[in-house]
Amino acid sequence: MQVMLNIGLSEFQRLFRTPLAWVLLAVLQLILGYLFLVQVENYLSVIQPKIIASQAPYGVTDLVLNQLFTYAGILMLVIMPLLTMRSFAEERQNNTLTLLRAAPISSTQIVMGKFLALELLILCLIAMISLMPLSLLLGTALDIGQLSSAILGLFLLLSSFAAAGVFLSSLTKHPMLAALLGFALLLILALLYLAGTRTGQTSALLVYLSHFGHYLDFLNGVIDSRDVLYYVLFIAGFLALTIRKLDNERLG
Amino acid sequence: MQTATSLINATGLKRYYGKQAAVSGVDIQLQRGEILGLLGPNGAGKSTILQMLTGTLATHAGSIQINGIDLKEQPLQARKQIGYLPENPPLYRDMTIQEYLKYCAKLHGLSGTELKTAVDWAIERCDLETMKRRLISNLSKGYQQRVGIAQAILHKPPLIILDEPTVGLDPVQLAQIRQLIRELGEQHGIILSTHILQEVDAVCDRAQIINHGQTVLDETLASLKSRDQSLEQFFNHQLTGATDASHA
Repeated sequence: MQVMLNIGLSEFQRLFRTPLAWVLLAVLQLILGYLFLVQVENYLSVIQPKIIASQAPYGVTDLVLNQLFTYAGILMLVIMPLLTMRSFAEERQNNTLTLLRAAPISSTQIVMGKFLALELLILCLIAMISLMPLSLLLGTALDIGQLSSAILGLFLLLSSFAAAGVFLSSLTKHPMLAALLGFALLLILALLYLAGTRTGQTSALLVYLSHFGHYLDFLNGVIDSRDVLYYVLFIAGFLALTIRKLDNERLG
Repeated sequence: MQTATSLINATGLKRYYGKQAAVSGVDIQLQRGEILGLLGPNGAGKSTILQMLTGTLATHAGSIQINGIDLKEQPLQARKQIGYLPENPPLYRDMTIQEYLKYCAKLHGLSGTELKTAVDWAIERCDLETMKRRLISNLSKGYQQRVGIAQAILHKPPLIILDEPTVGLDPVQLAQIRQLIRELGEQHGIILSTHILQEVDAVCDRAQIINHGQTVLDETLASLKSRDQSLEQFFNHQLTGATDASHA
């Protein structure tokens, strides 16, 4: 447990020694900040008058928050693979994986340590993203329940991206290849959602398999245990595969 | 009882890469306070043997006991007994020497003052004091090699395994590291692999020559001397003999 924590913290610190993490965070914040402002502007000038006129039961949380978190989920398809690509591929490239494997620690501890580092990074990301809707509190009331549900959804979504990324990174010694594989996998999962919701030909199975089908419920303020279970199984599955991969390498 | 068990007791080690046998039936024994030189040409299987002994690579046949602990049954306990410098030093290039050694100590379960004394001791032993706040990526090959050695001796393991420890060192550093290895050998058991004969002459008590994945000689230097046979003669003879055999 202690060792896992040490690996996680050290990895987390090392993530921020490269310009990569900083640049990605800055770019993400810039794009989301812009999209957020567009949404707020749009809400104030176009949507709000309509809502008032039609007495519709929607508010700023439904419209602005929903959009912002959807965009965040989509952008992360591209960004998470870049953050996870290094976790094992780079260790292998620099021959440092031997250090971990010769130390008196198990593959499970190594993988959980790596995953922990990414979880800490994800918490930072979510904190930065959540500050945007929270800033609206200065001028209006928000549905905090719905915001919490959306935050939980984004956390689970990003954790599942991270678990898949860690696994793909354990397959190769080229970080770029790991990133490309991660991007491809996440994009395919996203496409499943689009395929499953085509007008006239909806498919419950495809929507179930895709990430986004489960994410959208959270944005609407619905925490469904089936959705939570989907993410937990997804994360546990990929982490177990990674541990297997490391153990097999010893036998290799 | 504890003192009676040898530090390494490995028998019948085998390892294949595909159908090619990299190591076919090697026995390794090591006592406390002994320095064993694993000698052989490039590609003889030295690194594979060392990887199997450290548990980073599984054996296809044979058994390994480190300090009386079976490597297969209690891998974590057994690996605690070992300090290992692989062929390519496993260094995080974006850390300073001090940070890196602290992290290594944590991986071995050290903490608090124990950790601090271990790191300071390793830095002092490997003569890294003046460089300890430098980033590892900015160090020369010789310094990087010394950081690798520091990492292996840091937790004072009973068994130290060094894969070609003197690669890339200049003559002064070479002498220092050989001196360090000899001193460490008084209390620890050490295996080092090399393809340089002089190195075995300079630091080892016993030489084990490996060729084509098999042991061709296992004898103490003292006993070799008493037979009036030099290691060099034997080595050259074996290598040319082996090449002849493969041509026939």
